[in-house]
Amino acid sequence: MDTTTTSSAGSLELRTSWASAPYPVVLADRSGTVVELNTAASAVFSALSPGDRLRDGAPDWLADAHLRLSAEPTEQQSEQRPESGDGPHGGQVGDRSYEAHATRGSDGDVVWWLVDDTDRRLAEEALHGERQRTSFLAEASNALLSSLNVNRCMEVTAQLAATHLADAAVIIAPGKGRRHPMTSCVGSGEVVRSIVDIDTTSMPGLAEALQGFPPVPSRWIDPASAPEWVVPEEMEGSVGSVVITPLPGHGTPGGALVLLRTSGGTAFSEDAEVFARLFAARAGAALAAARMYAEQSSITTTLMRELLPPTLHQVNGVEFAGGYRASGHSDRVGGDFYDVHPGAGEDQESLAVLGDVCGKGLEAAVLTGKIRNTLHALLPLADDHARMLRLLNTALLNSHHTRFATLVLASAARHEDRTRLRVTSAGHPAPLIVRRDGTVEEADTSGSLVGVLRSIKSTTTSIDLAVGESCLLFTDGITEARGGPLGDEMFGESRLREALGECAGMPAEAVVERIQMLAAEWVGRGRHDDMAVVAITTPRPDVFSALTRGAAGRRRA
Amino acid sequence: MTVSTTQRPGPDVDPGAYRDQLWAALRQGDEYAAAAAVFEGLEDGLGAEQVLLEVIAPAQGRVGEEWAANRMTVADEHVATAINERVIAALAHHPAGRVRPFRGRITVACVEGEWHSLPARLLSEVLRLRGWRVDFLGAHVPTPHLIAHLHRTGPEAVLLSASIPTHLPTAHAAITAALAAGVPVLAGGAAFGPDGRYARSLGATEWAGDARAVARLLLDGLPRPDPTAMHLPIEDLPHLADQEYTMIARTRAELVRATLTGLEERFPPMREYTVRQRRHTAEDIAHIVDYLGTALYVDDVELFTTFISWTGEILTAREVPAHTLGLTFDVLGEELKDFPRARALLDQGRAAVTASPHTPIPGNGKPA
Repeated sequence: MDTTTTSSAGSLELRTSWASAPYPVVLADRSGTVVELNTAASAVFSALSPGDRLRDGAPDWLADAHLRLSAEPTEQQSEQRPESGDGPHGGQVGDRSYEAHATRGSDGDVVWWLVDDTDRRLAEEALHGERQRTSFLAEASNALLSSLNVNRCMEVTAQLAATHLADAAVIIAPGKGRRHPMTSCVGSGEVVRSIVDIDTTSMPGLAEALQGFPPVPSRWIDPASAPEWVVPEEMEGSVGSVVITPLPGHGTPGGALVLLRTSGGTAFSEDAEVFARLFAARAGAALAAARMYAEQSSITTTLMRELLPPTLHQVNGVEFAGGYRASGHSDRVGGDFYDVHPGAGEDQESLAVLGDVCGKGLEAAVLTGKIRNTLHALLPLADDHARMLRLLNTALLNSHHTRFATLVLASAARHEDRTRLRVTSAGHPAPLIVRRDGTVEEADTSGSLVGVLRSIKSTTTSIDLAVGESCLLFTDGITEARGGPLGDEMFGESRLREALGECAGMPAEAVVERIQMLAAEWVGRGRHDDMAVVAITTPRPDVFSALTRGAAGRRRA
Repeated sequence: MTVSTTQRPGPDVDPGAYRDQLWAALRQGDEYAAAAAVFEGLEDGLGAEQVLLEVIAPAQGRVGEEWAANRMTVADEHVATAINERVIAALAHHPAGRVRPFRGRITVACVEGEWHSLPARLLSEVLRLRGWRVDFLGAHVPTPHLIAHLHRTGPEAVLLSASIPTHLPTAHAAITAALAAGVPVLAGGAAFGPDGRYARSLGATEWAGDARAVARLLLDGLPRPDPTAMHLPIEDLPHLADQEYTMIARTRAELVRATLTGLEERFPPMREYTVRQRRHTAEDIAHIVDYLGTALYVDDVELFTTFISWTGEILTAREVPAHTLGLTFDVLGEELKDFPRARALLDQGRAAVTASPHTPIPGNGKPA
């Protein structure tokens, strides 16, 4: 091939081939005058013919690129690859977009090869937008899923909406009557929570959105018709556009999301509104879950209140304290239980009960509730423990529960400087008594467990507690706790006795805390059964309750 | 009761006298005298917060010191603490201690395993006096209970208290879970190090050294954790990737047993130990393993060496030759030959024993 006759733009043969190339090609000289252009180029630049200045018929971005390129020294350029200019050039021609690649000749002529990239660019833009939305929605889901607290969930929703979807976001939750909780956020500012007293029909679309069903689409609202209360105080400038979107709540009304944009900024596009709806679906689901959790947890709290061990305190000169730890890591109740029923008068006996129902968890806890109620009803008979246990046994045998229980009854009354106890065990580990000098004794009582045999037996023992002495009722969860430095040893009764021996002279709650702590530390992170302890203590001749009463008296005075 | 009276700086009354009076009462186990000291202080013009922080708190601190110095028995310590608890409760009913909440809701809890609840209790009372609505969950709060509470009440922050360093891994779990639930965490207590360094490495939002610092931080407002950030707990402690902590925590019992056997071989007098002595030795080894594990968890040598110097002193006090501690490290080191970080810690520990400085107890540092 004869290449000696080639001009900067290539051989004649090549020229003819690019003349018919399907891509627009333009040859222009150093001064910016068009030398030649092919058919495809003429179709794109209809006003351009050879001899014209590039700037007159082609878009500025191309003319500018040409100017820059031809101004560069050629020798530098020749060392580089012929088509490389100062990066890829490109821009709009009419409603299409082109990439322009340059081939530079030694005489300063430049051949511009144009490639139509309109579709690719559109696809890229769409992809970028989609990626941003996907990442926002993923982010939103993370954020919304993090809390099961309704208020917190609304805060997060408002924050996300105000930073990503609009200039300000307001959430109106379903309320009671006219009072609705409202959460609002402007830009990246603080979230403001309030309760508003409103007529939901005062804002177009709000009543429908709050109703939840039938489903309503989100809708634009004339900013002029948006009531004053919905526009957050912190929002600067006048409201330009408003969209109201229902928060779908899985069968229950979830509330309404109101998005506001200022008149200066961009209004909502169709696209943005669809996107807002996608976000609202997630926020609605999260809010519904949080509401359901709140409802469930309030039901649980109410029901659990009856099953939770009570807080004990001093009654008629006798100190009582109790401690409880359920077996399951997240459980609050289990098969162990305790109660103290205060005596009616100063010299009346109070009855302490501690027991263990066979089984664990909520089911066992429900049965402890029944036993506790039955014993409560039997209180008038507490002067005869054996009889009380017989009646309880009959009640348990007649119920449909197949479980049995062991328990200890301890009636306690203060007689001057001592506490007189009557203690009865029904198949339960005998209580331990710590004397003032640290000696530990076992209460001499035994009996059958309840809920299995038709007839049961028990023996009651009397114990006197001097000041600083304690009687400890405990369940086998304590003694049978496995752990310790070697991992699989039982805490055991001797360790319990040793620990109790150190508790001489301690107040009841300190005794309980100490025993609980040692058992818990023994177990470490291992598994354990339910553990319950109750301490009955004769306090020091103590004026503390009198003193608190005294403080109250002074207050009234 | 108005707020202004509680926040008013008390007249110029020196809390020192009441502190001494309270201390004497605690030493006697005299509840009445203890309450009298506190109420006299109030009537003479001390503020309720001053009573909590400048009378009760230092007296309780002294209880810890006296116990550590073996001048107070376990029973004395419990009696004193129980009395302080009751005094605090009575204070809340005193006219000077009653405040209607006007600030946000705050949760205060001790991490699971932590039984020293008095510092957290004092803090709760101080915040209550400053108008916060405080939910005090008490000692030894299992993390699932804490998180359920956070979801239910949605507080502005949770204050986590821990005094013993070996609770740090549990504290980390609680911190991570609370942050994941969208609640900022303020960590406090001796376990987090004197400068709160472990609070930071475990990802807590903030750390505070005392109740007043807590109150200041709360007033400024703690930033909510970024709910969109996908944070993995391992990112706080990248060194955990070597699994040394995990392995040691999992095989704790075996490790203690093997060390006990190894010690018997090298230290003949141990074969004559009574059951009780053997048990103490096993417990000591278990403590060493626990602190070793914790030091691996937070990747901090000082946590281990501080504990070791202190243990050395206790052993000497118990007339156990301190060189048994060195032997213990030798045996442990052989058991842990595949654990380079653990072995490095043991080497440092050995150096700490030989140096045997009089190091104060870590925190109020009862190794339980």
